[in-house]
Amino acid sequence: MEKHIKTLNKANLKETAVKGGCGECQASCTVAQKCK
Amino acid sequence: MIHKYSLNGYNILLDVYSGAVHVVDDLTYRLVDFTSEDMTKETPAAAYEALSDYGEEEIDESYAELYEAFERGQLHAPDDYEQFANMMINASVKSMCLNISHDCNLACEYCFASKGGFGGERCLMSEEVAKKAIDFLIEKSVGRRNLEVDFFGGEPLMNFDVVKKTVEYARAKEQEYGKNFRFTITTNGLLLDDDKIDFINKEMHNCVLSIDGRKEVNDRMRPNWGGKGCHDLILPKFQKLVAQRGDKDYYARATYTRYNLDFMQDILYLYEQGFDQLSEEPVVSDPKLDFSIQEEDLPRIFEEYEALAKKLIEMKKAGEKINFFHFMIDLNQGPCAIRRLRGCSCGNEYVAVTPHGDIFPCHQFVGNDDWKMGNVLDGTFNVDIKKQFAKTTIYNKEKCRDCWARFYCSGGCNAANFEKNGDILKPYPLYCEMEKKRLECAIMMQAALAD
Repeated sequence: MEKHIKTLNKANLKETAVKGGCGECQASCTVAQKCK
Repeated sequence: MIHKYSLNGYNILLDVYSGAVHVVDDLTYRLVDFTSEDMTKETPAAAYEALSDYGEEEIDESYAELYEAFERGQLHAPDDYEQFANMMINASVKSMCLNISHDCNLACEYCFASKGGFGGERCLMSEEVAKKAIDFLIEKSVGRRNLEVDFFGGEPLMNFDVVKKTVEYARAKEQEYGKNFRFTITTNGLLLDDDKIDFINKEMHNCVLSIDGRKEVNDRMRPNWGGKGCHDLILPKFQKLVAQRGDKDYYARATYTRYNLDFMQDILYLYEQGFDQLSEEPVVSDPKLDFSIQEEDLPRIFEEYEALAKKLIEMKKAGEKINFFHFMIDLNQGPCAIRRLRGCSCGNEYVAVTPHGDIFPCHQFVGNDDWKMGNVLDGTFNVDIKKQFAKTTIYNKEKCRDCWARFYCSGGCNAANFEKNGDILKPYPLYCEMEKKRLECAIMMQAALAD
């Protein structure tokens, strides 16, 4: 049980770089947007 | 890189290159300064000295948790994304802003499009140009299924017959070409009637309803050509559209200026009027104008964003459904890192088309012929300009290189960069600061709502 740190997410940005780039998401007018 | 900040009682560590967000106690918030990309399992001796108000055992315990996060790749993750910067260089065009009208029935004081005319003659797009634009998008979107078309202006409802015919034309092509069109529309609402509401609610994937909030705020900046405000005319029409829209996306979209830095009141006013999907944007205008936001306004704006974040937490915890566009953030998924390198991808995957068929990198570049990329009627398309935008990523924007927010803002709006600094690669610091504050608030809200 972590006492000092609470991690809010399981984000893995690197994984999205390797698996992403399909180009199907909205490309048009922040992207902080839905993905696959 | 780690960005750390305290807000609303939460100590937050954002690990920039993994995207991990940690909420930590006061000790850990200070202790993280003694960690680095090459941290080891042993607590640094300097930490005991600097944090002598804590016991060694407690410091070791906190450090061990930081080291665990490091081992998991969620603390001091490496910046390993430049190798992906050339992906999408040859991406297909798949989104289009269709300037269906270069005319408007309002004369908004802050309009970037010169009150609808984009600095040129006032005109409407013909059915022929609109169909050619759709043909262009289908032809250029090789390998893409999802295509976006935004009906924009000026005021699109002034040319609604062509809007309907364009949608009908594109829908008829979907099956043949294996495309899925997602239409959106941005309107001031003046010409809304039952027929238009039905069509918009049936065909538009999203719609943006321009209203600035409180009557006195809206009417000061959004008069008609006779100088009369539009609030009382548009509010009931927007309410009717939203009431009939069901679960489909929409935004009541406001602009705030120096005249209403208490813009939270406009958000809450719109919520009281029945709108729960809300967006409020800072005005983009010549700094010399009275209503333009100045650097000295930033502390007041930051205060307002923080107050809004706290209010929204309170409302959400009370079970109210309200969504503020710029505080939306998906910490678990969101867009992939490839998308984050470029953001909107204007000029590369996204273009705007004028009533005369001219192609520009986006709606904000329309009217500046230096950026004209071609024309849908004669089939010209300047791939050199496309390449210039394709190479525009957070890795060749010098000011973004050391910025913690770059995977969220994607280097800012290229058009705003050009307008303010004469260079699409130079972000405008005033906008950067506002974006960073919104992100800090958005992440803090996630922490508060996870409690």
